[in-house]
Amino acid sequence: MANRQQKQVKQQGQSGQSGQTKKPSKETTKNYEQYVKQFTPKPKYFLNSIKAFVVGGLICSCALYIQNMLMDKGLNEKDAGAYVTVILICLAQLLTGIGVFDSLGKFAGAGVIVPITGFANSMVAPAIEYKKEGLVLGVGAKLFSIAGPVLVCGITTAAIVGMIAYFIK
Amino acid sequence: MDYLYAFLIGGGICLIGQILMDTTKLTIPRILVIFVVSGVILTGLGLYEPLVNLAKSGATVPLPGFGYSLAKGAMDGTEDGFLAALSGGIKNTAAGVAAAVAFGYIVALIFSPKSKR
Amino acid sequence: MKNKLGKQSFQFPFRPRIIGSCSIVGEKEGKGPMAKWFDLILEDDTFGEKTWEKAESKMLKQAILIALQKSGHEKENIDTMLSGDLINQLMSSSFMARDLSIPYLGIYGACSTMTESMILGSMMIDGGYASNILIGASSHYCTAERQFRMPLEHGNQRPPSAQWTSTAAGGMVLSSDDKGDSAVTQGQQVKEIYITHATPGKIIDTGITDSNQMGPAMVPAAVDTIVRHLTDTGRSPDYYDIILTGDLGLIGKEIAIDLLNGAGLNVANVYDDCGAMMYDKKQDTHSGGSGCGCSASIFCGYVYREMRAGKIKNALLVSTGALLSTISSQQGESIPGIAHAVAVTTERGN
Repeated sequence: MANRQQKQVKQQGQSGQSGQTKKPSKETTKNYEQYVKQFTPKPKYFLNSIKAFVVGGLICSCALYIQNMLMDKGLNEKDAGAYVTVILICLAQLLTGIGVFDSLGKFAGAGVIVPITGFANSMVAPAIEYKKEGLVLGVGAKLFSIAGPVLVCGITTAAIVGMIAYFIK
Repeated sequence: MDYLYAFLIGGGICLIGQILMDTTKLTIPRILVIFVVSGVILTGLGLYEPLVNLAKSGATVPLPGFGYSLAKGAMDGTEDGFLAALSGGIKNTAAGVAAAVAFGYIVALIFSPKSKR
Repeated sequence: MKNKLGKQSFQFPFRPRIIGSCSIVGEKEGKGPMAKWFDLILEDDTFGEKTWEKAESKMLKQAILIALQKSGHEKENIDTMLSGDLINQLMSSSFMARDLSIPYLGIYGACSTMTESMILGSMMIDGGYASNILIGASSHYCTAERQFRMPLEHGNQRPPSAQWTSTAAGGMVLSSDDKGDSAVTQGQQVKEIYITHATPGKIIDTGITDSNQMGPAMVPAAVDTIVRHLTDTGRSPDYYDIILTGDLGLIGKEIAIDLLNGAGLNVANVYDDCGAMMYDKKQDTHSGGSGCGCSASIFCGYVYREMRAGKIKNALLVSTGALLSTISSQQGESIPGIAHAVAVTTERGN
């Protein structure tokens, strides 16, 4: 008996939640979003895409040029690749520090966000912002507020891929 | 010819990113995560390696390339046993991550944010 | 309940007056079309302080002190101070209040804070609990951006629907007596400004979750409050010389006009939005301004001065607020919108 009552209460609670909440149904939201859309200007898809494509492409080509130069100096391909990554990261972080990267990002969008430069920027930007909160919990912690998830997800998936590869072999 | 491929493939990956940014509500951290994770998975499936051979920096510099390095390290590590497979990913990307953390910290100590006009 | 009107509105029979006001804005806002109405424009958004939060707090303090000075009152004559901002736990307001040692009530209404404090202040005066009240609200681009969105130096692109949190603060002195605004009254006849009616709004949630669509998320709340106010008071939109919403922005303004038309109210001649007025198209803010300071500085600057000069007789101020928090948006909750209306007039009436 008590059990049944409990069940009833639970059900009431649930139906009460869906019946009383003023949060609109998905359909209403969708309709309103559609309605809002006709007033909202569209992003400049084409122009944005071209800018991202060209800037992103140029960054990659420059990286290749530097890599080839380093390999001419006698580095093997792997080390040269690592140097290129380090150079790009440091450059992007320096540009973030002097306050140029946000303008670059505004212009080129994914063109600078998707290459490793975007990763570097997303580390420094929040860290600078939270400098006043201290060197440990400010800069130290915020260095990873955007880049942390990227590292965590990337490393976890890589470990899983490694495990699978190990056991399949 | 190498440069052309690097330009086209690198630019193409950025183009995908731009389309994601403009047409979906995905925030930037999510887009970064998606790129890295998809790089790892594509490498695991053996689909990203050919792209790297073709475009070199065009495929390694964008974020899926970071995923590629992670997965490549882990998979190469399988030759040397379980522990190497586990740690291979981090080992292979250690230079980049160390530089990003150390230099990032220094830069953040030196500079201050500026208001936008 | 002799002073309640209709379903949701109040009337203030003792007609509290606005006897002093001050608006302060940041550098970018000072280059916009409204620049001539502001009392003080910062040369530098840091205002000589070490952190953005301190800068915002100082801005709010200045706005309140100048408003007090213009009202001709001393700090000791102020009974209570009502103020709010956007930073967690009302940091700017509380630290401003720490320095002034005036009894203080902190208020959070997101960007609707200015009218919320005007309503509460008027009630305290009308009810005989105070004779002079200071009210204020502030927002700062740099403090809001890092709390709600991305760090300043991050290379992200803002979508076309994004709004720019205004670096701005407004302060007002509400009073039961008629001591004039000494700075404005010098040498010329100026109008008294009375607060006559108010309509606090209901929260209306449109289900929008995208924090880059704040304007559209608040429009239904604003429209609901305006319609409710007009029904309760029995007024038509033409009664007002200006109906001013807080920070719906350029996109929100268009939607609001469309929805009000749909409700059978033709507001085309009298309606405007502070967020849409704040910046020039060339300033690249996308959909205009937002933040507590946006409506606060335009009420305290433009509307106050135009009313004092007699160019506006009746105005309806409707600050709109998006009551989201950083946690609610991370948990995928939608944005609850709110709007409070305050009717002000220069007509002496009864």
